[in-house]
Amino acid sequence: MVTAIPRVDIRNLRIRYGSKEILHGVSLDVRSNEILGIIGPAHSGKSSLLRVINRTLEFIPEARYEGTVCIDGEDIRSMSDVYALRRRVGMVSPLPVGLPMTIFDNVAFAPRMAGVRDRHQLGETVEECLRQAALWDEVKDRLHMLGTKLSGGQQQRLTIARALSHKPDVLCLDEFSIAIDPVTTMRIEDVLKSLKAKMSIILVTNLVQQSRRLADRTAFFYNGELVELDQTEVLFSDSPASRKTYEYINGLFG
Amino acid sequence: MFEITAHVRKKQRVEQGVKFLFLGMTLLMILPLLLIVGHLVYKAWPVLSMDFLLTNPIRGMRAGGIWAPLLGTLYLVIISLAVSAPVGVMAAIYLNEYAQDNGFTRVVNLAVVNLAGVPSIVHALFGLGAFVLFAGMGRSILAAALTLAVMTLPVIIASTKEALSAVPRSFREACWNVGASRWQTIRHIVLPNSISGILTGVILQVSRAAGETAPVMFTGAVFYKAIKEGDLFAYGLMDQCMALSMHLFTIATQVPGVPESLPYATAVVLLGVVLTVNATAIGLRVWLRSRKKW
Repeated sequence: MVTAIPRVDIRNLRIRYGSKEILHGVSLDVRSNEILGIIGPAHSGKSSLLRVINRTLEFIPEARYEGTVCIDGEDIRSMSDVYALRRRVGMVSPLPVGLPMTIFDNVAFAPRMAGVRDRHQLGETVEECLRQAALWDEVKDRLHMLGTKLSGGQQQRLTIARALSHKPDVLCLDEFSIAIDPVTTMRIEDVLKSLKAKMSIILVTNLVQQSRRLADRTAFFYNGELVELDQTEVLFSDSPASRKTYEYINGLFG
Repeated sequence: MFEITAHVRKKQRVEQGVKFLFLGMTLLMILPLLLIVGHLVYKAWPVLSMDFLLTNPIRGMRAGGIWAPLLGTLYLVIISLAVSAPVGVMAAIYLNEYAQDNGFTRVVNLAVVNLAGVPSIVHALFGLGAFVLFAGMGRSILAAALTLAVMTLPVIIASTKEALSAVPRSFREACWNVGASRWQTIRHIVLPNSISGILTGVILQVSRAAGETAPVMFTGAVFYKAIKEGDLFAYGLMDQCMALSMHLFTIATQVPGVPESLPYATAVVLLGVVLTVNATAIGLRVWLRSRKKW
């Protein structure tokens, strides 16, 4: 599974909010067709790292970042079309966001914003993405119902379908299971396993066992530093490289 | 085990008492409104008719209708809103959606808040200086409408900003995440979900513009002017006009021998215009709310 150029290559990334630095020079790479788990206590800079990758950190006025982030070898800062970059990166936030429009429009939103007008093509995209997100069977008869009327778990799958609708190369999930029930969580985990064949997935999670179940490799963040990044089996074994990793995973602190 | 102690009994008594006190105050608030409207309509009844609306005042404003001031007020309100609504809404969109939090925007926001509190007579003086004299418009419908626009602008900006910021930030972020630009996000998500609040704020300024006397008195409204009855285009933009608010002031205090029913009827029409507009605003709000999607 070793490719010449990593899908996402992050070098020496520092993130500051005002004068407070929350990520102190982190380097890591995400390979093609892998799930990279990122675990660590709150405020270790995991979510901000995701926001750098699709450059939405730029919407937070006091936030600054240094270092380089490359997707397929291309520096994201030198990309002239930031909207195209954001379409290459799917983003799923902790709380489900059904936009206040129909289920169909929720999924067709991104293609429409990119200029797709063809109804037939939109319809195909919507069906394909809803199927991938394991939501199609539940909503296929009511695509013109409001997305906001769905249950929390359904809305999170709708959010995932929307994130898939712009055909991303990298899918970032930020604690996607925080507000949904365990059954839906399991269904989404199955979805992620099958999506891996098509894209790279970055899974930020507070549930260390989720990373153990899903991730090929896992990174442990602590206080804005990358403590350890290794194969998931190694990280979750009795002898990871850092004592701190072992303590965190086994609930001895944090 | 669950004995009702003296303390609990007192708590329940206070609860009841407080509730009735508040209910009483609410009812008390309705009373003046009913009295005012009832009194006005009772006094105005003898002259209220379609003819009263559609004929000019005659015999030194001691008889006849209110066609000229009614049409004048409609002109003033429509033209002023045609200026202040788009300018105000667009400025509010800039301030709420684009502007960074820096010295400049803080000064602008402070200016908006303070301008909204400036008394109308001060706006009147400003309109006289800026539009009538400096810009050379003379006393005209245009100058008066622009003065009203300046007066209503800060309130429209403030209420529009309020409506925009009620749309959750998570909606905006979801749009940005899938590659929508700021404008696409505003156009497809923010505006459709704040339009009811924006319209309510704008429409409430209609009644304010219709009711103010000082700004139009200084800048374009006249004591008396007869126009062609029944012609909706009887005024030109650079003409002076009559206005309901000023007409009411004139016949109530400046002209001797006016029958009592005339000022009351004028007040009823002015109130009617304002209440119609407000009722429209409420209706629109209810309708748009029912379409609200979260």
